[in-house]
Amino acid sequence: MSAVTDTTHDAEHAAEAHDGHHTPSDRHFIIIAGWLALLTALETSTYWIDLGSFATPLLLIMMTIKFFMIILVFMHLKYDSKLFSVMFYIGLGLAILVYSVFLATFQFFAR
Amino acid sequence: MAIIERPATVPAFVGDASASPPALVTPTAALGAFKRPVSTTGWKSWVFTVDHKKLGLMYGAVSLFFFLVGGLEALLIRLQLAAPDNTVLSADLYNQMFTMHATTMVFLFVMPMAAAFANYFLPLQVGARDVAFPRINALGFWLFLFGGIFLNTSWVLGGAADGGWFMYSPNSSPLFSPSHGIDFWVLGLQITGIASLVGAINLIVTIINMRAPGMSLMRMPVFAWMQLVTQFLLLFAMPVITVALFLLSFQRNFGAAFFDVEKGADPLLWQHLFWIFGHPEVYIIILPSFGIISEVLPTFSRKPLFGYKFVVFSGAAIGTVGWGVWAHHMFASGLGPVSVAVFSAATMLVAIPTGVKICNWTLTLWGGKLWFTTAMNFAIGVIVLFTIGGLSGVTHASAPADTQQTDTYHIVAHFHYVIVGGAVMGLFAGFYYWWPKMFGKLLSERLGKWNFWLMFFGVNLTFAPMHILGMQGQPRRMVVWPKKLTGEGFFNLGFWNQVATVGSFTIALGVLIFVINIFVTAKKVEKAPLDPWDARTLEWMTASPPKEHNFDSIPTVHALDEFFHRKYEEVDTEDGPRLVRVKSAEQILAEEEAAGDAHIHLPSPSYWPIVLAFSLPVIAYGVIFNLMLSVVGAGIMILGLFGWVLEPSVADDSDYDPPAEGSGPSKELASIG
Amino acid sequence: MADITIHEGAAAPADHGHDDHGHDDHGGAHVTSTGLSNNKLAMWLFLGSECLLFGGLISTYMLYRGRHGGGPGPAQVFDIPLTSVSSFVLLMSSLTMVLAVNSAKRLDDRNTRLWLMATALLGALFVGGQVYEFTAFYQEGLGFTTSLFSSSFFTLTGFHGVHVTLGVVMLIALAAIIGRGRISGDKAEVVEMVGLYWHFVDVVWVVIFTLVYLIPA
Repeated sequence: MSAVTDTTHDAEHAAEAHDGHHTPSDRHFIIIAGWLALLTALETSTYWIDLGSFATPLLLIMMTIKFFMIILVFMHLKYDSKLFSVMFYIGLGLAILVYSVFLATFQFFAR
Repeated sequence: MAIIERPATVPAFVGDASASPPALVTPTAALGAFKRPVSTTGWKSWVFTVDHKKLGLMYGAVSLFFFLVGGLEALLIRLQLAAPDNTVLSADLYNQMFTMHATTMVFLFVMPMAAAFANYFLPLQVGARDVAFPRINALGFWLFLFGGIFLNTSWVLGGAADGGWFMYSPNSSPLFSPSHGIDFWVLGLQITGIASLVGAINLIVTIINMRAPGMSLMRMPVFAWMQLVTQFLLLFAMPVITVALFLLSFQRNFGAAFFDVEKGADPLLWQHLFWIFGHPEVYIIILPSFGIISEVLPTFSRKPLFGYKFVVFSGAAIGTVGWGVWAHHMFASGLGPVSVAVFSAATMLVAIPTGVKICNWTLTLWGGKLWFTTAMNFAIGVIVLFTIGGLSGVTHASAPADTQQTDTYHIVAHFHYVIVGGAVMGLFAGFYYWWPKMFGKLLSERLGKWNFWLMFFGVNLTFAPMHILGMQGQPRRMVVWPKKLTGEGFFNLGFWNQVATVGSFTIALGVLIFVINIFVTAKKVEKAPLDPWDARTLEWMTASPPKEHNFDSIPTVHALDEFFHRKYEEVDTEDGPRLVRVKSAEQILAEEEAAGDAHIHLPSPSYWPIVLAFSLPVIAYGVIFNLMLSVVGAGIMILGLFGWVLEPSVADDSDYDPPAEGSGPSKELASIG
Repeated sequence: MADITIHEGAAAPADHGHDDHGHDDHGGAHVTSTGLSNNKLAMWLFLGSECLLFGGLISTYMLYRGRHGGGPGPAQVFDIPLTSVSSFVLLMSSLTMVLAVNSAKRLDDRNTRLWLMATALLGALFVGGQVYEFTAFYQEGLGFTTSLFSSSFFTLTGFHGVHVTLGVVMLIALAAIIGRGRISGDKAEVVEMVGLYWHFVDVVWVVIFTLVYLIPA
């Protein structure tokens, strides 16, 4: 990270520095954004290219990769305190579990 | 970057999506229009307060009022059922009555009363001077108050909601409920739901981030732990009911198709969404009460809580498993054998951590020097009554039995045992236990005993007969029982309905005595001792009622039950180690005062929480009657948000008393409350 | 800011002499028990809660997407090229947002505002695309009340659109407030908070784009 010695920084930045973590540079962000754009292009291409039964799993995998790229890098979860991850993942995990069961009771996945 | 040593300046960011970033301006640079209020006396000191204790008291007072309202509704229901073919209430009014009774008791009494205790005692118990977000705390209270009022104005604006508290579709569609009642219900719950959500975020951050030095999580009082679990349940359950309520209001107000069976809608959608929220909700109702009695029982057994860790972890386990059992409310709806089996098993699993708790409380009593104060009576009452309700609950986990009992009075009996016997009695234990802390006066123990025994017998008299009624097949929500169908002998419906009605009035008498007790106590001049119960936790380590800033110096915590360990030390004697009292509460308080901090800045009061909260019922009335009104409400909301964001962080310097030289701690905060 | 005065009061007495030994294990532990910012913690809790909100809306849509009765179904109305472009636009707004956060950390007000406004612009473009999409659907006979599919589709994407719109308002307000110098505290954190919200809205769209638009019903 650049020359940040100003006192306006909060405790976390100090904590990050302790752990030797740095917020990614602009360049790193741009590269990630490039990957995200590429994945979106690939996702969109399934509209024109018929992949048959592979389409759905492939799309889900690409979605998951994009999802985690954003929350881990853009939202700094990878570099921040684990506690933030815990708080978010509890909600995320609960949502996935509960709503999967919810849809399963409607035989959603059997169809 | 390890060179940053000074405390961060953390802005009062609203912490929710509707927030714009705040302007952190120094008071002198403030826009004149957005000065902060500073009154310490009069109505302004309450309306604009952000003090967690004042907000806690207001939460308590308002919920108590709604308790009386909900109780009145219950009495009317019981009156209607007191005689065959009775005509106290019309069928229509009866439907509204039981819907609003349940809604009021759950959303406007038990939940906010637990929030009242959480607001008042959480910061004290973890050794903080206020919650993490004081203005959001105030916002939560006003949303609750306005939401509750909004909900109840439906009585005079065309009739209240009449679909039962779970408001099953398609019965809740305009075709079957053409009045505005359900619209009021939906939007009112939406408003109180926001209150719960922001409150949950606030209290979780408070518990995680605002603990006194040394107050590790495993040194926190059980009440704080149970509140933490409760707030997490709220955090994740409220959005689910929010979705359900939005779907319903879009259907009713804007013609969406969600529950329109003609268009192929699945009525189970509502049931699932409601109970995904609804089952965590029952733990939201009960866990605070578990927390309260986990404080009361050790204090009056003069023993530490048996198996603190087990109580904490079983509370967390209840909170976790509670997410996987919702469909046991829907066994009769044709879920299919796999779903029924899975949810049935999961439901039985919940009994384990709950049973662990019951065992721990009982073993806390075992061998203790029991002191039967009213608070203790209520706490033991919870163990007894909740166990009865819990046992009938386990029988409902078995789907074949449940299918018989669904929608009968047996279910009514079960959940009233756990809610009245468990949650409400627990809250009463809290009243008697913490009253001297909140008001500096002890509630009358003599009236308290009457209060307890009347309520205890009343609960059994009212709800035990309902087991029989249910087994005999009396359906829930039934407006009359005809004479010719009552049957004969011991199990005749008429007799037991009358017993239940007598019981309900017995409970009412108990509550009346509690209200009288409040007034008698308020008139009393005699002050309570500083530590009347020889208590164990941090909230007793300050004056009663606590000073505005809670603690003169923030205590450093060394152990679970810190206050107890400051009062007592273990001394070796011939008969082995014994606990000996080394200090009185007064001495400890004097020490703390002597070491008090010189300057304590408390959060300044604010105009904006009440303004922002006021905008929501205006919008909601608009949705029901005229969308132009919603536009006005949205205007108020934008004003409120901007005021909130641009408000200076603290009141102007000139509004403070000048710091007094060498005259004890925290003089300057005296004026900002 | 009101909160901060409590922290100072709570953990660090005005006389700073006796709290200086508290921060060896976590940097700045004398601020809060965990050393983490209250605001960020609150924001993450809120986002965790939002997962359940959008989860409910997405599940409702998944359940009802095939039920369009006589009205048009997903396959008839969806304009994948258009949606792909607007998805791309929203994705890139996340890039401009992180650049704003990084600029704020560098105390570079000018670039912070620039990137914030760029983000707001991209967000507005996305909302514009959505308005266009909704209008087109309506003209094809897919109203809000037409079928279960339409109600649940418009509710889900509408909720997301409202979130984006709120985000745009927040971004513009933030840029304005920074421009007028009304933030004297931790500007970088405020920008970061708005950023977290913004990225979350983006991430929800990543999920919606795949589950709603791309995977065939």
